[in-house]
Amino acid sequence: MSDTLSARTITISGDGGDEVEAYLARPEGEHDAPSRGGVVVIHHLPGYDRATKEMVRRFAELGYDAICPNLYSREAPGAAPDDAAAMVRAQGGVPDDRLVGDVAGAAAYLRGLDTSNGKVGVIGHCSGGRQAVLCACRTDVDAAVDCYGAFVTGNPPADSPMKTNLIAQLPDIHAPLLGLFGNDDQYPSPEQVDELEEILKGQGSPYEFHRYDDAGHAFFATDRPSYRVPAANDGWERIATFFGTHLG
Amino acid sequence: MCTYTTETAAMDGSAKGPGGAWFHVTDATVYYDHPVHAMADHTLNIDLGDPSKGPGQRVALELTATSARELVAAIEAALSSVPEGLLT
Repeated sequence: MSDTLSARTITISGDGGDEVEAYLARPEGEHDAPSRGGVVVIHHLPGYDRATKEMVRRFAELGYDAICPNLYSREAPGAAPDDAAAMVRAQGGVPDDRLVGDVAGAAAYLRGLDTSNGKVGVIGHCSGGRQAVLCACRTDVDAAVDCYGAFVTGNPPADSPMKTNLIAQLPDIHAPLLGLFGNDDQYPSPEQVDELEEILKGQGSPYEFHRYDDAGHAFFATDRPSYRVPAANDGWERIATFFGTHLG
Repeated sequence: MCTYTTETAAMDGSAKGPGGAWFHVTDATVYYDHPVHAMADHTLNIDLGDPSKGPGQRVALELTATSARELVAAIEAALSSVPEGLLT
């Protein structure tokens, strides 16, 4: 394994053929093998930010071609990530259908690379965790990682712009799912994680869940007080093993 | 979690924003969610801006829930203390 990589901003074809900005990181040097998997990173609601781009580079260091589409590039091209997030939020957020189309476009881009083995995984944290599950139901990804996504199960508040959870779509899940959750989290709560696990188990869907004590929401976020080193370190190892199994 | 719920209000006023320049505020967005800078899991976030001038034309606040309630109380107290006839 080499830690040599390249990273840059590109444009991909997203939902409806729209041009969408994306951050791409690719292994270099000895990683130029004939085939390797790809990872689509879905950024969280606060935006296409530095922390998310660090994750993209980490996946390249792990040996994958990795990409993060800027879900806000239509409304706020070139804006600072926090400003873009604020503007898109004020406009009602990103519709699920558009998110699915953008992730599908990112996956197609990765599969079109000359190094691709045709396999692509998706990962998201927080809002992106829910969206990763959504993409496991509605796109052709080969593996999905949900890091503490809320409202996969459990009901959104009555006044939320998100009208429903993903329970009705879970019968369509076709990719193995890795779920990483904090036991101190309220959204998703341990009971909501239990509900998701029961649904997946009941329908025979492949899944692997890990739940961490002394960890709440956003325990992977190194720039936030919610960061929990033991949970995050173990979680990264679980992710590396999971993608190694399903994208190799 | 990301809360998604967002309150908006039309504004008429001014704020000192990017580059230290004053600008006309037309919109307020209020939501309780993850902050960008404040050291808290969630904060009450307020964006005062003019969207017609682009995403960066805003003043952003991230306040703990306690601070936000104190701000609301302070605003109400300030408005309540205004002599009759001055409020417009």
